[in-house]
Amino acid sequence: MKRLHRFFQTPEAIAGALILALLVIMALAAPLLFPGDPQAIAGPALLSPFQHWSLPLGTDRLGRDVLAELFHGARTSLAVGLTAAAAALLVGAVVGTMAGFAGGLIDEVLMRITDAFQTVPSFLLALAFVSIVGPSLGVVIAAIALGAWTGPARVARAEVLSIRERDYVAGARVIGMHPLEIAFREVLPNALPPVLALSSVIVAAAILTEAALSFLGLGDPNRVTWGGMIAEGRTVLRTAPFLSIVPGIALVLTVLGVYLAGEGVVESTAVRRSLS
Amino acid sequence: MTVLAVSNLSKRYRRGGKPFAAVDDVSFEIGPAETLALAGPSGSGKSTIARLALRLLEPDAGRIQFEGADFLALSGAALRARRARLQMVFQDPLAAFNPRSIVARVLDDPLRIHGIASRSERPRRIAALLERVGLDAGLAARAIHEISGGQRQRVAIARAIATRPSLIVLDEAVSALDVSVRGQILELLLDLQRQERIAYLFISHDLGVIRAVAHRIVILDAGRVAESGDARTVIASPQSAIGKALVAATPRLNRIKTP
Amino acid sequence: MTALLSIRDLTVRYRRGGVEVTALKGISLDVEAGERLAIIGESGSGKSTLALAIARLLARSARVGGTIEWSASLLQKSQSVTPPSGLPAISPARGEIGSLVAGSPSATLETGESRDDGLISPLAGEMPGRVEGGVPERRPSAIGDNNIPLLGRDIGFVFQDPSSSLDPVMPVGKQIAEVARTHLNLAWADAYAKAKTLLERVRLPDPEAALRACPHQLSGGQKQRVAIAAAIAAGPKLLIADEATSALDTIVQAEIVSLIRGLVTEDGMTLAFISHDIALAATLAERIAVLRHGELIELGETDQILNAPRHAYTRTLLDAHLGLDAKPLLDRQGASA
Ligand SMILES: Nc1ncnc2c1ncn2[C@@H]1O[C@H](COP(=O)(O)OP(=O)(O)OP(=O)(O)O)[C@@H](O)[C@H]1O
Ligand SMILES: Nc1ncnc2c1ncn2[C@@H]1O[C@H](COP(=O)(O)OP(=O)(O)OP(=O)(O)O)[C@@H](O)[C@H]1O
Ligand SMILES: [Mg+2]
Ligand SMILES: [Mg+2]
Repeated sequence: MKRLHRFFQTPEAIAGALILALLVIMALAAPLLFPGDPQAIAGPALLSPFQHWSLPLGTDRLGRDVLAELFHGARTSLAVGLTAAAAALLVGAVVGTMAGFAGGLIDEVLMRITDAFQTVPSFLLALAFVSIVGPSLGVVIAAIALGAWTGPARVARAEVLSIRERDYVAGARVIGMHPLEIAFREVLPNALPPVLALSSVIVAAAILTEAALSFLGLGDPNRVTWGGMIAEGRTVLRTAPFLSIVPGIALVLTVLGVYLAGEGVVESTAVRRSLS
Repeated sequence: MTVLAVSNLSKRYRRGGKPFAAVDDVSFEIGPAETLALAGPSGSGKSTIARLALRLLEPDAGRIQFEGADFLALSGAALRARRARLQMVFQDPLAAFNPRSIVARVLDDPLRIHGIASRSERPRRIAALLERVGLDAGLAARAIHEISGGQRQRVAIARAIATRPSLIVLDEAVSALDVSVRGQILELLLDLQRQERIAYLFISHDLGVIRAVAHRIVILDAGRVAESGDARTVIASPQSAIGKALVAATPRLNRIKTP
Repeated sequence: MTALLSIRDLTVRYRRGGVEVTALKGISLDVEAGERLAIIGESGSGKSTLALAIARLLARSARVGGTIEWSASLLQKSQSVTPPSGLPAISPARGEIGSLVAGSPSATLETGESRDDGLISPLAGEMPGRVEGGVPERRPSAIGDNNIPLLGRDIGFVFQDPSSSLDPVMPVGKQIAEVARTHLNLAWADAYAKAKTLLERVRLPDPEAALRACPHQLSGGQKQRVAIAAAIAAGPKLLIADEATSALDTIVQAEIVSLIRGLVTEDGMTLAFISHDIALAATLAERIAVLRHGELIELGETDQILNAPRHAYTRTLLDAHLGLDAKPLLDRQGASA
């Protein structure tokens, strides 16, 4: 409760939370407000915004409802961003914990693998992965997570290295706890706060990467995505710039919202930590 | 019969590139229901010996016999099972527990790990353990940071006795406590010793406390045993230089004796 | 004897998460010039709060009532020294020495009300004092008085954890010289010479080399000697030692205690020695003040406190002491292995 109160003390955090709330509502409301296929033709092609009450944001080149696409696109962006980030954080935390807790050879091997992944630009990695395996939602999520888990892994390892020297870990060994249980039940949860602090950056980057993949035509073809919408609009950029601008603004606002809200959380927990 | 026999134990660290011996050729024995005190100035190797005896650290040389078997030969599951008999209480009772845990979980872990009680039986055992160390069973639901330092140290003792050990290592276990609380904890330890025949490796740099509870003493200096023997005899007339210095440095209350 | 300072009705309250904690309740106490006074009590009894109040170092969140009056004539010598307005910038990261600046005489009088910004000093932990951390941001506390003492010049403060008052990466000699320079208006060369004499006085082995050593290269006991040297560098009237030996082993503790006794006697300083250990306090102090739950429950000559304590609590503390002449608990319980 107090933490929530503290979170809402900075204007940035409030703005971020509002944007995110709006986004979540859009994603949840999409199938209710726009039932049916958002990719179906809804009216005349290239209708400008604010021309027709039932198509407030107009239509695209094929006559699809831009507002419906925007709402359904929010679903994809959010789903991919959150799942990919969650997968990256999970993998990173587990790898980092194992490396830091086990030390020695296991640490060495895991960290060399982490290094290898980190030297390849994450977007190229995602691009290559999707081109090889083929575009589908699951593959896109995996591709994005593949390039994003190294940061959490490093942070988790550093934290675990300091936690494993604490008395309570020695205490857990003394009562005969299994090393895996110590690593994942005693150490990992206490190493999480700094790892979770990375989540806003990772979610934002995942959403951008997903958009970029879709823009290049490597997104899931059966789903509406903002990146795909921007790419679609690009062909008629001169005559109908709104087709690229609308999803572009949505993308920028989303990334900003995620980032601001994430900073708010970090800030409020940081105060808590310095207090305790 | 001895519970713990340590012989020629050594542990070296590197300091500024040069190796130095934190523990150097140390030997001692502890019998059942006996308290052996380890005393010495800061850095003399007391905590290192404690950690070696518990296999939290591996020695460079030496032997450790625990309950008649080679303790250093154990590993993996066999070592973990054996740990039930050899427990530890730390100096800082807050640092000794997972900051997220509650009292019940702290006591549940050893019971579960060593299969001492079935899941349904455990809450009763936990309540009994809490009562054994003089705490209210209602404390079980509290978070570890919601109880006082003295209560925490009692919980630490309850955890240590949960698996019915034959030896508990107490590394400065009463040094951070207020004097009034300290007295109660020492009484509790002695009481447990008499009833359950638990031996203690009692680490402290306070000779007053050692004299109150220990049977024998080993005085360390720079990782080596400087002298050892009956606690009261050694403290009354120390032979080694470090022993004399420790005794001389212990603050005294110069009260006029009332008959 | 004249009182160096008179504390009247001192009350200190902290706010912590919406609840108010009364750390000191109506303390009245005269600290005589030149005496060695010990302040003892169990964890949380308010010892550190009293020390911080005297040194005007209380956390912002503290609400203070009552007065602490300093004797004008005794502070006179130091009043002539130029105020530290023209001082070189001193790094605020430097804990004790940094806060010398905060103790400037321009501090205004504002009793009671103060902003609660959620600052909680590490002293607020539940563990007894032996694990205290660093020095939090502090501000001269608002205590109504005319003669405002200056921390560093009139008061030397030694904390439990010397790391909290020393800059870990600045040579020890420079840290001490800076205090001497600031408060005694010495040139750098003279200040360094003074620092060297001080290091000799606190009996640091090889003071010449120690001048150039950084605190992280010194042991706990050596660091505490340096902290004492810095605290007495400007020749303060009052030396406050808050659990200055609690983190040290008994041998080093005895050395530091005898060092403090020697320094205080030689320089005619007044000593306020804060400890949880009644026996240690008794070896050093002429008078002992016993605090419990923020109240001063007994104050008397050391002899009287030890042999004829008036308060039952004092007796409890004495009985709980395990000295080398006490009857071992092993015997008290009758059983022996
Ligand atoms: N991990 C380590 N690496 C290097 N040196 C170490 C390590 N652990 C301990 N030492 C050194 O070993 C020596 C013995 O340390 P130990 O902690 O056993 O002393 P102690 O007697 O317990 O001291 P204290 O009374 O201060 O707790 C010290 O000089 C210490 O600096
Ligand atoms: N900055 C603070 N904010 C809130 N409460 C505080 C603060 N500092 C101290 N307290 C509380 O005031 C009371 C007195 O604390 P103080 O530090 O003066 O005790 P002490 O006698 O020095 O104890 P110790 O022996 O543990 O050092 C305690 O209840 C403590 O929790
Ligand atoms: Mg130790
Ligand atoms: Mg204190």
